[in-house]
Amino acid sequence: MINAVGRDIPQEILDITGKEVFQGVHYRDGYTYKKDGPNTKCVINSNGSKLVKDIREALVKCEIKDGMTLGFHHHFREGDYIVNMVMEEVHNMGIKDITICASSLGKAHDKIVPYIEDGTITNIQSSGVRGKIGEAISTGKLKGLAIMRSHGGRVRAIESGETRIDIAFIGTPTCDDYGNCRGIGGKSDCGVLSYAMVDGDYADKVVAITDCLVPFPNFPAHISMTKVDYVVEVDAIGDPAKIATGAAKPTTDMRKLMMADYCTQFVVNSPYFKDGFSYQTGVGGASIASTISLAKIMKERNIRMKFGVGGLTKPMCDLLINDQVDCLLDTQDFDLAAVESVKNLKHFRISAGEYADPFNKGAVVNKLDFVILAALEVDVHFNCNVVVGSDGMITGAQGGHPDTAAGAKCTIVIAPLLQGRTPAICTDVTTVTTPGESIDVVITDYGIAINPARQDLIEAMKDVDLPFKTIEELRDIAYSITGEPERVQFADRVVGIIESRDGTVMDVVRQIKPFEFADEK
Amino acid sequence: MEILKPAVAGTLESSDAQVTVEPGDGKVEFNLDSSVINQFGNQIKKVVMETLDRLDINNVKITVVDKGALDCTLKARVEAAVYRSVDQYDNLPWGGIIR
Repeated sequence: MINAVGRDIPQEILDITGKEVFQGVHYRDGYTYKKDGPNTKCVINSNGSKLVKDIREALVKCEIKDGMTLGFHHHFREGDYIVNMVMEEVHNMGIKDITICASSLGKAHDKIVPYIEDGTITNIQSSGVRGKIGEAISTGKLKGLAIMRSHGGRVRAIESGETRIDIAFIGTPTCDDYGNCRGIGGKSDCGVLSYAMVDGDYADKVVAITDCLVPFPNFPAHISMTKVDYVVEVDAIGDPAKIATGAAKPTTDMRKLMMADYCTQFVVNSPYFKDGFSYQTGVGGASIASTISLAKIMKERNIRMKFGVGGLTKPMCDLLINDQVDCLLDTQDFDLAAVESVKNLKHFRISAGEYADPFNKGAVVNKLDFVILAALEVDVHFNCNVVVGSDGMITGAQGGHPDTAAGAKCTIVIAPLLQGRTPAICTDVTTVTTPGESIDVVITDYGIAINPARQDLIEAMKDVDLPFKTIEELRDIAYSITGEPERVQFADRVVGIIESRDGTVMDVVRQIKPFEFADEK
Repeated sequence: MEILKPAVAGTLESSDAQVTVEPGDGKVEFNLDSSVINQFGNQIKKVVMETLDRLDINNVKITVVDKGALDCTLKARVEAAVYRSVDQYDNLPWGGIIR
């Protein structure tokens, strides 16, 4: 069945998942439902501690069995030890058919690929996957379907009961023996626990894992003891050097600086750039550079930002230090400056639900003026792909891309026209992650395209000296340099779905087929 | 032209290609390893074959390790490898069969 972004979703997939095809960003506005809730084992007796001696004991006490769904968060990013440590124990116990429901998975988790191959793990739900897990899924090693969903979409899936987490494992930088978790302190400081908050609220069993046990009460708790069944102390929950890196040096790449300059010029000339505007940006070199140059213009024109959202890095936190923004709303910290900034009283921690969930009574993304995003590919319909590489291999994550794009008044995507020989602007993206109706502007090093659906922005920019082009012109420039790429040769089997934030099916990912020359088939 | 000895041109840097030619066994044997094989494999083969044809080479084992090189780069690397294989470094036919 063809969906609203023109993708043919096989009926078989709709039957297996019980899902509908994507029907537009606002299709489920006003949808009414009853939220799911966890089975809760009450603790009334006052003589116990929740400490158990190791992960195995926690698994036994949680009555782990075949077919269960386990929840994980990705605040430790490429430094995470939790997923591997838990899955190794699950594997050692001979448990099979596990569904992993993680807020994201990355290269840190290459070690669990053998557990995919031997049937310990048969389903994966994640924002996306990088590294060897992506290759394993794309080459058909996962028995079930991989579901790629946005940060807001994960909260929706759990709140609505579509995904029921049997046991959630929450790696926490500090914790007391009664389960009060905080994202700050200890040796694996990650600042916030935003993505894990929904696990705390909805998982039947919650296990806190820490490498810094502190005396009760570890307050104010980011995840409360009232939600935690067991606490495990281990030697290390992550590699601090990979959890929060030092601030990235501002880029010196002229191509990125030029795109950053285009972006800043677009922002300041748009009708939304006025005192009290709101802003979110990513961690790419061009995004960071544009935040730095934007801060300069804000100062010159005496314009303040009302709030900044993220995914935070040093340049955003500098706005707070320099009193150019009223407050920051934080879901994740990418560098040490952002982790440090959490201590600022105007730096607020928010849950993934508050940030981006389409199935609550209104999330922060709906209040955004600007969001600056990146993309692997953008097509002439303005559809974006951030999950599947142009070679057909799953290699990225949705993150908050579709959530923020849907919410913000002005969604800007920055992408260099070419990555090596791969054109970023193309006729049809390999798979759709974010629908073109959410994308307003695409900025490349060869020019800027405004979505024709945004005649108001085109009108606002008519006297602005920037290299405006149509999206088709940008594609044609790319193809004139690289040649027109062929469609990747996929097999029939669907290995994953790209889920829209509202739970409908945006696209499917098929198993990759070894390349064959056309004249050798 | 006849390939006299093995020769290499190009690097494994991004956007380049490393081309190796060796004496063949009576035909053109083409091997490709490319970071963009799924999108450009057929195009790369076409450009390499056309370049060999232009240089009048029909007996060669040619191996291309491509890191996303554009067609112009591929042509240049094939030409360089071929002329190195015959030790010709002067009086190259610029504008002739090299173009």
